[in-house]
Amino acid sequence: MAFSLLAPKPVGAVGGQSGSVRGVLGTVLRYTVLVIAAVLFLLPYYLILRNGLSSEHDITSPNWTFFPSSLHWENLGELFSDPSVPMGHALLNSGLIAVVQTAGQLLLGSMAGYGLARIPYKHANKVFYSVLVTLMIPSAVTFVPSFVLVSSLGWVSDLRGLIIPGLFSGFVAFLFRQFFLNFPVELEDAARVDGLSYWGTFWRIVFPNSLQFYAAIAVITFIAAWNSFLWPLVIGQDPSSWTVQVALSSFITAQTINLHEVFLGAAVSILPLVLVFLFLQRYLVEGVAQTGIKG
Amino acid sequence: MSETQTSTVAPAARSAARKAPVRRKNRQVRGRTGAFWLFVGPFLVGLAIFIYVPIVWSLVLSFFRAQNTVVPDVFVGIKNYVDMLTDSAFLSSLGTFTLFAIFIVPTTYLLALGLAVLINRARFARTFFRSVIFIPAACSYVVGSLVWKLSIFNGVRFGLANTLIATFGADPIPWLSATGGFPWYWPVIVTARLWLQVGFYMILLLAGLQQIPSNLYEAAYVDGAKPGWQTFVNVTLPGLRTATVAVLILNLINAYQAFDEFYNLLGNVPYARPPLVYLYYTALGASQDYGHGSAGALILAVLIAVVTIFQARVLGFGRASD
Repeated sequence: MAFSLLAPKPVGAVGGQSGSVRGVLGTVLRYTVLVIAAVLFLLPYYLILRNGLSSEHDITSPNWTFFPSSLHWENLGELFSDPSVPMGHALLNSGLIAVVQTAGQLLLGSMAGYGLARIPYKHANKVFYSVLVTLMIPSAVTFVPSFVLVSSLGWVSDLRGLIIPGLFSGFVAFLFRQFFLNFPVELEDAARVDGLSYWGTFWRIVFPNSLQFYAAIAVITFIAAWNSFLWPLVIGQDPSSWTVQVALSSFITAQTINLHEVFLGAAVSILPLVLVFLFLQRYLVEGVAQTGIKG
Repeated sequence: MSETQTSTVAPAARSAARKAPVRRKNRQVRGRTGAFWLFVGPFLVGLAIFIYVPIVWSLVLSFFRAQNTVVPDVFVGIKNYVDMLTDSAFLSSLGTFTLFAIFIVPTTYLLALGLAVLINRARFARTFFRSVIFIPAACSYVVGSLVWKLSIFNGVRFGLANTLIATFGADPIPWLSATGGFPWYWPVIVTARLWLQVGFYMILLLAGLQQIPSNLYEAAYVDGAKPGWQTFVNVTLPGLRTATVAVLILNLINAYQAFDEFYNLLGNVPYARPPLVYLYYTALGASQDYGHGSAGALILAVLIAVVTIFQARVLGFGRASD
């Protein structure tokens, strides 16, 4: 790297001009913009907490206060005992749907991806194209036809209708296929020589060595399932089958609303995602890079 | 299969030598076929039932009258399509989408790029800033709409935006109704989506920035390119081409499918109703008109495909350099 010797400054500092007045000014300016952006991006979270723990009177007061005069933790009990919006049940539904869909999409999608990437079969290409075609069809556009199917199965307002159609993601299968194409084939060959079948090779060699990729896709899938709205809205017509997003939406569009309840509901609904975010951010970032760039 | 290899062997020996491998080969092929379907079969069956069957069914329904029933009723030919394409509400929903895309795609890209560059340059607290900008990407559009509608852009006096403009002595703005004369709902809708999605695209661009080889910057520096704008235009932007194409295409496809925030912020209003919201009310609202709903969904699917392909061509997706 002869150039790096010639270059008088570390690459990261190109344009940074550290040390000079202009450089310091630039740094200050950049951080000012970043801090303003950070405050603006965090503002909605602050509003959710502020309103969720305020009394109704404090929220609707014409005099804006950044910190409510007192925090009303009892709002939490009120939220879960409100009969008009079954928040507790909705959280359970959402949790169940998100977990089962994540597990199902990963299991079915990774198996399909492995088969397409590694098992020679003369019609494998045709099968792969039939998966690719589904990527070209935006999922949101298929909600009318899918509803037609699910309603004729009698799965409206039913967990089966909410979960089962979402178990098969062409996108997840596609991502796993691309990933397994780059999996070190020597490892698999060694396993095959030792007499393992494709099934054994997959579960005992390939799967345990791909956990990081599984985690990345799982985080993305879980968040998408937890946040999805259109399909649960279409299928969840009875309050007993509402997900947390549908419950919140019914709050928004209700005639009379208790603002503190709505915001506390929002806070509760994003709690699982904040936890995922705090503990699995590494996988999340990787998942986004994977799904975005390759998609 | 491999006959040419055995052509030098004597005929009798050849046929004997050939049979065993062929049989073994057949068994192997059968084993592979079985394994293939073991792995791919369950997924493919689900895909067929829950993606292909509905689409074909919907295609059939789109040529029939099917109201309050999901069973084809009376064959009407292309009438449903003609109805949809001459339906002013459907056409205006396409107009709404176009306007939305014009607002949201460039603003998202520029904001995500700006933040990605700033974060990439940051020498300390870089992870902090990246996380803060990225966190909303994990938030649901329902929650975003909720905060925007009931707190920030609440049309009454205690809304945050109205509180803010009141300090300048201005009257409260009815943000989400069309009564103000000015379409105030557009800034509300656009900023909501910006907050929700900029972080996602920022991560993509940040990943792109980090893939630009550092020796390109060194070479540019040696060649006398001024650090800053010149380097940015000549090294950074070209290096980000793949990421840029991905961001723009994903962004447009997502904008096409906008539903959550329009539904929750505005509901079934005639003035800003994107295609999916309109289809939702046509097919699943009071009218339960699956014939027209299916025709509309298919028209939309074709439009998205055409626009995506056109955009990919214009941006040169899939060129040799990718």
